[in-house]
Formats: sequence, C-alpha cells, structure tokens
Amino acid sequence: MFELLGVPPQVLFGQLLLGLINGSFYALLSLGLAVIFGMLNVINFAHGAQYMLGAFAAYLLGQYAGIGYWWSLLLAPLAVGAFGIVLEKTMLSRLYKLDHLYGLLLTFGLALIIEGVFRQVYGVSGQPYPIPALLQGGQNLGFMFLPNYRGWVIVASLLICLATWYAIERTRLGAYLRAATENPVLVQAFGINVPVMITLTYGFGVALAGFAGVLAAPIYQVNPLMGSNLIIVVFAVVVIGGMGSILGAILTGFGLGILEGLTKVFYPEASNIVIFVVMAIVLLIKPAGLFGRER
Amino acid sequence: MLKTFLLAGTAIAIGAGAAGSASAQISNDAVRIGVLNDRSGIYADLSGEGSAVAARMAAEEFGGNIAGAPIEIVVGDHQNKADIAANTARQWVDTDNVDVVADVPNSAAALAVQEIMRDRKHILLMSGPGSTDLTGKACSPYGFHWTYDNYAMAAGTGRAMYEQGNEKWFFLTADYAFGHSLENETTKMVQSLGGEVAGTVRHPLGTADFSSFLLQAQGSGADVIGLANAGSDTTNAIKQASEFGITQAGQNLAGLLLFITDVHALGLEAAQDLMLTTGFYWDRDDATREWSAKFESLHGSKPTMVHAGVYSAVRHYLQAVKDAGTDDADAVSAKMREMPVNDMFASDGKILPNGRMVHDMYLARVKKPSESQGPWDYYEIVSTMPADQAFLAPADSGCALVN
Repeated sequence: MFELLGVPPQVLFGQLLLGLINGSFYALLSLGLAVIFGMLNVINFAHGAQYMLGAFAAYLLGQYAGIGYWWSLLLAPLAVGAFGIVLEKTMLSRLYKLDHLYGLLLTFGLALIIEGVFRQVYGVSGQPYPIPALLQGGQNLGFMFLPNYRGWVIVASLLICLATWYAIERTRLGAYLRAATENPVLVQAFGINVPVMITLTYGFGVALAGFAGVLAAPIYQVNPLMGSNLIIVVFAVVVIGGMGSILGAILTGFGLGILEGLTKVFYPEASNIVIFVVMAIVLLIKPAGLFGRER
Repeated sequence: MLKTFLLAGTAIAIGAGAAGSASAQISNDAVRIGVLNDRSGIYADLSGEGSAVAARMAAEEFGGNIAGAPIEIVVGDHQNKADIAANTARQWVDTDNVDVVADVPNSAAALAVQEIMRDRKHILLMSGPGSTDLTGKACSPYGFHWTYDNYAMAAGTGRAMYEQGNEKWFFLTADYAFGHSLENETTKMVQSLGGEVAGTVRHPLGTADFSSFLLQAQGSGADVIGLANAGSDTTNAIKQASEFGITQAGQNLAGLLLFITDVHALGLEAAQDLMLTTGFYWDRDDATREWSAKFESLHGSKPTMVHAGVYSAVRHYLQAVKDAGTDDADAVSAKMREMPVNDMFASDGKILPNGRMVHDMYLARVKKPSESQGPWDYYEIVSTMPADQAFLAPADSGCALVN
C-alpha cells in the first residue's frame, strides 16, 4: 500500500471529504458576504450573527411551533432575511454616502448586540438540535463513514451557490444588479428602482447566512457564539477570493475548507491559522485577491 | 461657640475611632472578594455569573459582614486570556483593595493569577481550573485548589474506563495548559495500569468541527477516545462522534472533564452512559439538594461542581477570617489549613501543605433518557472515591512547599 507523506490514502480521502463539508459552510457564508459587498459596498460584519440567528430561528421554530427541519430550511432564512431588510431600511441605508468604514462599524456593533442578547437568554453551552429523520445514519464509503446529513450539506451548499452565481451572472435581473453597482444613477434613469433592489440584495445575502445557520444547526450545538467563531475565517476567505467576486467566494470557500482539512492531518495545532497564512501570502502577491479585479 | 464646635468635632472623631477599632484588623474596613472567570466565552455556563451567585450565598451565611466589616463581591471577565486575568487580578489587589480572588477557570489564566497573588501575598481560591501544576511546581502558600484537578479526573474516569477493558487510548486534547495536563495525568494513570496510548491530536481551544480529529482517532484502532478538553469542545466532540458512528462501531468515549451543564446542553440521548468524575452532584443528599434548590432559584440552573466549590471555598475563607479576627493573608491561610472543611460540598475536607483541598470525589454515569425523572436528573453515582485516593499525595506533586 502506498502512503503519501506517511498518511495512508484512506485517511487522506476522508480528510479531503471532510474539508469539502467545512468548505460548504465557508462557501455559503462568503458568498453572502461577497454578494453584499459587491452590490452595496458594505462590509457586513453582522454576517456571523445572522448565521447564528438562522440556527436559532430553526431551533425556536422547532421548540415553540413544532416546525421541523425541512420547513425551517425555508422559513428560517426568510425570517432572518426579513430581519436583514429591516436593518437595511432603518440603519444601513443612511450610511451609503459615507466611507465603507461606517457600515463595517455599524454591522460590527449590531453583531455584538445580537450575540450579547442571545448569550444572556440562552447561555453559551448551546441547545441541541436533532438531525432530521430522513438523513440519519450514514454510508460506508470504504475509506470512511459518511453521515448522510454531511453529504446533504455538500449537495445543498453546491446547489445554492450555483443558483446564486447563475442568477447574478446569467439572468436579466442579475444584469440590472451588476449595472446598478457600476452606475446607480444611470440604471435609475432607465426606470429601475435601485434602492428597492439594493434592499432586497442585502436581504438575500443575509438570508444566505440564515440558510447556512439552519444547515449547521444539527451538526454543531445551536450556540450564540457559533457565528463569531466562524466570521473571521469567512472574511479571510472573501479576502483571498477577492472582495465582491461571486465565483471567487465559492471556489475559495471550498478550496480553503480542503486545505484546512489537510492541515488537520499533518499539523492539527495550525489548523485555525492556516487560512490566515494563505491570506497574508495572497495579499502580498495579489492584493485584489485570487479572483478579484483591481479597482 | 467656636469652642463647642471644636468639642463636638472631637467627640465625633473619637466616636469614629471607636467604631473603627471593632474591625481594626480587617484592612480597608471591608472583606472584598473578586470572582474572576469566563463570563462570556465557552466556560461561562460552568463558571461565570453562577460562581458569583455562589460566592454571594456564602457571604449571606455570615450576614453579609464580618465583625462589622461588610463582605463585598466584585466580578471580572478574563475572557480565557491569561494576560487579561493577570491584569485584572493585579488591578484588584493593587488599587481596588480586593482581599481574595476566587474561581479562575482556565488553567492558563489560573497559573498567571497564582504568580501575582503569591507575589502580593493575597489568597487565591481556585475552583474552575484543573491543572495539577497549581499545587505542583507552581504551588503557592496562598493558593488553594478546591474542587477537582486533572489527577482526580484521571484517577476516576481514566481508571474506571481502563477497568472496563479500554486498554488502548487515543487523546483529543485542547491545545493549552489545561488540556496538556489532563492528557498527561491520564496517560500516566493508564500506563501505570498497563495500558498504552495509540496517539494524540491537539486541537485549538474553541474548535467547532471535530470530524477530522475523530476520524484520525478511529483510524488509530484505539479502544477509547479520551477527550482531554472541556465545555463546548467536549460537547461538540461527543455529538459528532455519535454522528460519525464512532461509538456505534465499538470505540468508547471518555469525557475526562464533563460538567453537568455540558450534559444539559448535549441532552441525555447523546450523553447517555458516559462515565465521568465530579466533585459535586446536586442530588446527592438533603444538604446538597437544599443548597442547589436555593442556587437554582437565584441563577436559573442547577449548580456545577465549580459553582459549589466556589461557595465552599469562599465560606471556608470567611470562617477563617472570622476566627482569626483579621484578614491578614498569612494568619488566614494558617487558620484555613487548621480547620477541616465541613459544609454541603465536603465533609472533613483537608487542606494539604501544597494547597490542595482533598475531599471525596464521585464516579458517575450519565442516565439514559428512560431513567431520568426530569430536568437535571442526569447522574447515577456509581462509586465514591475517598479523598486519599482521589488526589495526588503532596510528596509526589513536585511542590516546593512540601518537604
């Protein structure tokens, strides 16, 4: 049996697959960030908190309304997206004329407040959320045991990522959106309601975070801190992929998940910094990110 | 007129002097207790505000004052960072007249605070941290380690798992002082019994995804995966081990440090049949039930062993201050060492020369959902480990205070 750097191939395949699963979350979250940054020029620091809200929405729907996982997968992102729209309408929209930094500060403050409220009410140990009956159990792939639910996470994430990419890059609505970011005044002159479009885009980006939160709920504890643990990594992913690049966010998300998975085999102590090392290198060599355009 | 005024002034001054003398031996006319722990991060539920509640309950038993000097509780959040812990303790002692610091979970933080308190000659009552170094090479004449330590966890859970036939171990270790110490103690215990260690992975504190590490553990062919971590690291690892079919495939899990709040968060379905070692369980006897009911009415959850330990340590400290008639650290530590610890937490607990408070520990099994009568009815106490077996003998601790 051949070995690669002292690691048997079964172990390596297993870790690659696990990396892909973690990458699914990175891709979904960085996609939302990229959409928001690309269209609104807002660095949405509340993304982690909105991801956590998605998980909590699923938990609360199950706890108080008896609504199961599948309906939550639809309803929780809608609820979180609606919450995002309220934030955009009441607060964020006032800051567009100012520097990016103000949007960042506002969303960062909102994230701290939202997380603080949930921590106060629910503590930090987290709430359990069961895996839906349909996806319990797993498949023996020979080189590893793949829980059905994790397989579903990859499929769901890929579907949503591709659909989003298609909608923005290949449809008429997407073309309006892209045009509105280039020149909002001109697009408005053609009779398109740009402010409403921007509001809906923010709502959609936030709903993506909520969707990722529902996907994560059965794997991790539903925990007020779950977003703040992830958000910094996701920002690094967006920076590496290129701020605002849709395809860059998706590919980098999956790619870095795999890289992180490999690090966990060869040098686990470094697994939480490897992404930042890559970020530093990318910033040195290609400051606009792997898929970004220099402005 | 002026004369009368001056006289009256003198009378007031004399009166104040007389009142002051009643608590002349209490510095700054107050006994100030600083509860320093994680109030917002992954250890906030097992220590956090609950530890402050426990300290207040102890203060209340003394009527809120000692010889007329009020007992004040202040709190601080060290955010699991050793430097923040050290700075807070330094500020409390140097400028805020705090007499004693309590709790300090996170061994890295506790080791930093221990140095400051030794230097400043102030008492430190540790309930949250686990490292045996705190009563070993980093021991202090003013440092008391109260609730549990990693040796006790190894002697309890480690030995019990070995005796159930788990000879080959794989460790998932939190990569900081506490995890290293817990892994080290358990390794020594397992090897002394004739077992072996198949491998170790060290993960960063606060890891969300354990699947990669669990797969490595599975590949090692070990009988049991020892979780040398705590809080949400442990609960995430247990939850994901069940998801990846690790336990179903015949490998066992040993939560080397498991708190009742962890079991509560996991739910009995995921946590059932785990073995654990604890210094306290609320449903052990009438005294623990009564105290815990009061704690629950104030805090909203049953106490962890860390909460109960903070209560016991603070109560013992206050009793020593009262009996010694002073809050001088040398006199109070001497008094604390002299008196046995008798309260709802410990019976006939003793403080050893290295600062270790030894008391009975309990080996428990997490109940199945069908066995539980309701919320917080989680443990079945399997056996009691007598104090002299549960903790390391001072002579073996490596503490310089022991001759």
